[in-house]
Amino acid sequence: MSMRTLTIDGVEVVGTEGQSVLDVARANGIPIPTLCHLDGLPDVGSCRLCVVEVQPSGRLVPACMLPVEEGLEVVANSETLHAHRRQIIELLFTERNHVCAVCVANNDCELQDRAQELGITHLDLCPVSPKLGVDASHELFAVDHNRCILCMRCVRVCADVEGANTWGVSGRGIDARLVTDAGTPWGESTTCTSCGKCVQVCPTGALFAKGRSVAQAKAQRPYLPFLARTAGAAR
Amino acid sequence: MTNEITTRRIVIDPVTRIEGHSKITITLDEAGEVANARFHVTQFRGFERMVHGRPVHEMPSLMARICGICPVSHLIAASKAVDAIMAVTPPPAALRLRRLMNLAQIVQSHALSFFHLSSPDLLFGFDADPAKRHLYGLLAEHPQFARDGIALRRFGQHVIELLGGKRIHPAWIVPGGVASPLTAEVRDEIAGGLPEAIESVVRALDWYKASLAGWAEEEAVWGTTPTAFLGLVTPDGEVEHYDGVLRAIGPDGTVIHDEIAPDDVERCVGEAVEPWSYLKSSYLTALGHPEGIYRVGPLARLNIADRMGTPRADEELAELRERLGRYPSSSFHYHYTRLVETLSCLERMAHLLQHPEVTDVRVRATAGINRAEGVGVAEAPRGTLMHHYVVDDGGLVQHANLIIATGQNNLAMNAGVKQVAQRYVRADRLTEGMLNRVEAVIRCYDPCLSCSTHAVGEMPFHVQLRGPAGEVLDELVR
Repeated sequence: MSMRTLTIDGVEVVGTEGQSVLDVARANGIPIPTLCHLDGLPDVGSCRLCVVEVQPSGRLVPACMLPVEEGLEVVANSETLHAHRRQIIELLFTERNHVCAVCVANNDCELQDRAQELGITHLDLCPVSPKLGVDASHELFAVDHNRCILCMRCVRVCADVEGANTWGVSGRGIDARLVTDAGTPWGESTTCTSCGKCVQVCPTGALFAKGRSVAQAKAQRPYLPFLARTAGAAR
Repeated sequence: MTNEITTRRIVIDPVTRIEGHSKITITLDEAGEVANARFHVTQFRGFERMVHGRPVHEMPSLMARICGICPVSHLIAASKAVDAIMAVTPPPAALRLRRLMNLAQIVQSHALSFFHLSSPDLLFGFDADPAKRHLYGLLAEHPQFARDGIALRRFGQHVIELLGGKRIHPAWIVPGGVASPLTAEVRDEIAGGLPEAIESVVRALDWYKASLAGWAEEEAVWGTTPTAFLGLVTPDGEVEHYDGVLRAIGPDGTVIHDEIAPDDVERCVGEAVEPWSYLKSSYLTALGHPEGIYRVGPLARLNIADRMGTPRADEELAELRERLGRYPSSSFHYHYTRLVETLSCLERMAHLLQHPEVTDVRVRATAGINRAEGVGVAEAPRGTLMHHYVVDDGGLVQHANLIIATGQNNLAMNAGVKQVAQRYVRADRLTEGMLNRVEAVIRCYDPCLSCSTHAVGEMPFHVQLRGPAGEVLDELVR
């Protein structure tokens, strides 16, 4: 494994080939907020919250998708980046219907946590307020598309850890929606093993165990890296 | 004013010191006498429609957002409806704890209604200067009275917070029971606050009874239209706030309905819609609309029951009946009955806390969707509250119907407003005191418009007397 020396926020740090700037920043205690990233799952860069500036051009790249390189110089924290990150969170809130007060994941929601950390107190943009449904056809779990931020954690955990490939995304842009078995109701899915990993990795209240009331969903996300390692070893 | 004017209209907009927003229109005839008066609720909430497609387990917390005064009532009615859909009975400790929180809420809401909203009229008089006829005026001139009211409300709110973690909208009452058990420490803290709360309400009752003779006129004209009364009672006839059966009686005590199972409530209660208000008008189907006019809330609960079921409140009830008769009809007596009921709620809380089961750790039953339909009925501070849901196989709400206390009192409130307007309002002049009496009759019912219409916004108090061509003849602004 060859070593790479790079600079993040003016601090000289060392990473190994194959690591991302996010990995190295975290290892060195440099804070970069994330939403779609989850230790144990391959990164896809869907949320863009970990966006950093690559110097000298100032090009914006998600840190989770930026491989370390010798001599790389990035800015991970600045007023501009802070503003971009706030905008990203605000756009997520605007796109669907996130109402914390009546959400199963209230107080256990990464979107809520990031919004609070970034000091978002209100939305400047007008919410789209789409009329999205809830698929409650599965015996144990339900998906509320109103709260989905399309982070694809469920898609990744289902494919890479469980190996079931039940979850996918259909449509593009603002019309993109999570689907099970290419568009059949979750309860009719023949590939779903009802393992519940998707529910555990969901950063918001989009995926939840049925029967939970408001603020009662508590995901067990810390166990995931162990599951991922076990699955990797089995393969 | 000129002789050409034939009919005129007085509008009180908004009605103040109530929960929610509304206005009153008074129509005068050619002779300048009050021809009609209407209580309009001008806001719309729409929760019955808003919840379509949502998971039924969200209903308690979602419906609780209807109201910041009585969220607990909605939590209870909604949770009971979902219990029915799950086909479960919550564990005994959970039932006791739900009752405990419901009683705490009735205490805080009654304290708000009597001390904060209505007592300035009673203490300063209906013609007093509005600049001092409010809670701060009370604090300046009757500090002990104001402190009792604030302490009583605080106690009720504090119990809600101790049990559910928050004073407003605790997500603690859940389908199948409650979210967490009661610890011995919290039990003892609640029990420790009860004696002082009881003394506060007893002082208010003593003052009220001593003052009663001075309100003979109010008693005689404030909503004395004979109506039926509806509410929950225990099978052996005690006042009940959580379970029990529905009973409806006529103005003279004749039983209209008895032992109606709560999930049959829609069989005996119909709802009519008027084009001039967002508030539905409920009526007893046995009598039809609008003859089926009835009242709910403290006055109704005390009238339909044989007794309170707690010693001190039963003594007070006996004295109340001695003073007012067995079935007092004047809506002015909502105040008196509200105080007696508050005492009873505090006594019941003490009784609940003494039961060893109350700290049992089994507090929640779990189940999936076992029935397509469920009805939850409980007594809210203002009267009987019903939530009815229909769900699909996955547990998503397909239909929701809410019957709210204020809607059930709507016909009676309108009758009361008309009666008071006819007695006090004269076309040749508008005075603050005369209009305050029209408002104050509404306050007797302690209506909650946010609950009953699904209301936001605030308007200045503005009353206009207009001629037929719309010209302003007289005007009051505050």
